[in-house]
Amino acid sequence: MDTIAYQGLIGLSLAMYLWLLSAGLTIIFGVLGVLNFAHGSLFMVGAYLAFTFYGLVGFPFWLAIALSMLGVGLLGLVMERWFLRHLYHLDHAYQLLLTFGFILILDDAVKMIWGGVFKIPQIPRFLDGAWPLFGRRFPVYNAFIIGVGVLVAVGLWWLFERTWWGRTVRATASEREMANALGINVPGVFSGVFAVGSMLAALGGALGTPVRVVAPGIGAAMIIQAFTITVIGGLGSLKGAFIGSLIVGILGAYATLYFPAFELAFLFIVMALVLMLRPQGLVAR
Amino acid sequence: MDSKGGEAANRRPWHALFGGLASPLGWALAALALLLAFLPFLAGRYPLYLAIQILILSVFSLGFNLLFGYTGLLSFGQAGFYAVGSYACAKILLATPSLLLGLLGGLVAAGTTAVVLGVLCIRHTRVYFSMLTLAFGMMIYSVAWKWRDVTGGDDGLVGIPRAPLEVPPLFSLSLASMERYYYVVLLCAGLAIWLMYRLVHSPLGLALQAIRDSETRAAFAGIPVARYRLIAFTIAGLYAGLAGALLPPLENTVTPPIAHWSHSAEPVLATLLGGINAFAGPVVGAFLLFMLKDIIVRYTEYWLIVLGVIVVVLVMGFRGGVVSILAEAVHRRARRDRRGEGETEGIRRSGNGLGE
Repeated sequence: MDTIAYQGLIGLSLAMYLWLLSAGLTIIFGVLGVLNFAHGSLFMVGAYLAFTFYGLVGFPFWLAIALSMLGVGLLGLVMERWFLRHLYHLDHAYQLLLTFGFILILDDAVKMIWGGVFKIPQIPRFLDGAWPLFGRRFPVYNAFIIGVGVLVAVGLWWLFERTWWGRTVRATASEREMANALGINVPGVFSGVFAVGSMLAALGGALGTPVRVVAPGIGAAMIIQAFTITVIGGLGSLKGAFIGSLIVGILGAYATLYFPAFELAFLFIVMALVLMLRPQGLVAR
Repeated sequence: MDSKGGEAANRRPWHALFGGLASPLGWALAALALLLAFLPFLAGRYPLYLAIQILILSVFSLGFNLLFGYTGLLSFGQAGFYAVGSYACAKILLATPSLLLGLLGGLVAAGTTAVVLGVLCIRHTRVYFSMLTLAFGMMIYSVAWKWRDVTGGDDGLVGIPRAPLEVPPLFSLSLASMERYYYVVLLCAGLAIWLMYRLVHSPLGLALQAIRDSETRAAFAGIPVARYRLIAFTIAGLYAGLAGALLPPLENTVTPPIAHWSHSAEPVLATLLGGINAFAGPVVGAFLLFMLKDIIVRYTEYWLIVLGVIVVVLVMGFRGGVVSILAEAVHRRARRDRRGEGETEGIRRSGNGLGE
């Protein structure tokens, strides 16, 4: 019983990385109608930047995370302003193909800049250690990740439901033409949303640096998980992304413990089940 | 004013084949056929090996483009079916050394997998379809990786014989030499290309294009949209399976990376490079992709970054791919030659593929 509860908590903390990743993906899709194939690569770049600032340069952890989010946000802006913007009038397939090109570029660029090796830096001292829980020791860092994930969830809810900017974004998402006619700067909203989504991916990647191994191929692995989560939860829905992340993260943690051979396949089985029973996702928009 | 060009296009199949090139193309095609037929006498082992790889990728990409260019469904999971074909063929060859059985087994296995996963994938279209195919393709990858008893895990299957082509009582032909195997692959690819050409010009092919252009209109016209999508998905799976089944006799091994999504990307890149809206696009693209890779890797190990830049440039500015660039250039020259006779709109019309 203790094992089940403990593993569930571990799964919960893993779910939070997935949540940060898929939240950005789903926000961008919900507002711009663009599926950013390179979203996992932004997660990866976020991790590498945070590693550089925190592990190599020696900045404080918080500053490293902030700088990494800023850097990836700028990268997202460049992708949206200079490239994606010119494809909005075309079929969705071209946006997918373009962002696929970015995966190839970012993967190799990371290899060129940082090389293949990647060392995991120390956990910052104030987050190090473990608490006794269910007869084991639960790492403080995992609790910290859960806290950040919940904070981001509340923050996003507040941003979209309670602020003027959120109302503008929601108006643009549901009625682009009308929003434009009302004087809302639609291209500006698009850029802003894309930057926010990219920064969320970077936050997920950056938070993982002290505990997770990051290698050049990680972007593609992450995007596949994010896709699965959004299919399960319903693409374009933040609530769906949160629930999907919890399901995938927690069940994944149990699968690792009890059926290690099927850890990967199980993710797809869950997705196939959702597809058969509720094709629009658990939380339809 | 362009009625002459239009009639000519109907008379000469290669016109449509290359998206509206002029008649010298007939000669070029004949020369190409001749070159391919005598390649083993002209080229060494490495070019021959490369040619086999190009033919395999051509078949793989043609199937992919039936889904993408003709039906409007962008799949990122075709390597899954390729791998099913490869592993099935390898297993059969290891048990019974007969190439024909191996190829048939690969086709059947890939086709069955495509039907089962197709039922799930075609429930969604557009970006959802791309996400689903990517995920299910990776599911096959994880199976190839983890189901050690059958697939050999990350070691893969080794020592696969290049089995003879035989129909037991009638004949048996050893394929031990690369030259002979080249002819088998050439024959298979030629057959696959011809069948696909017939298919896209059949009522079925036209119905698929109608679905691509407008699902609602196609459904209104009485086309059973879901069933036709499943048929296209299955045929694409069969083509991937055939391509995959042709690989193990060449390489003598099969390993999980052939199921990885980065391998699914190859037909996507080849098709984008060659041209989505021309029948020959995937074949031309397969050739260009291998040539590019061969040249670029001599200068840098970071060939994917170059490829990525090419993808971005193609998507931003040259969405018709190389075939349409060529066709346009030839047309422009033809127009200059016949100045005053009015211009042809052949390309524009044949180039109205995906949502442009």
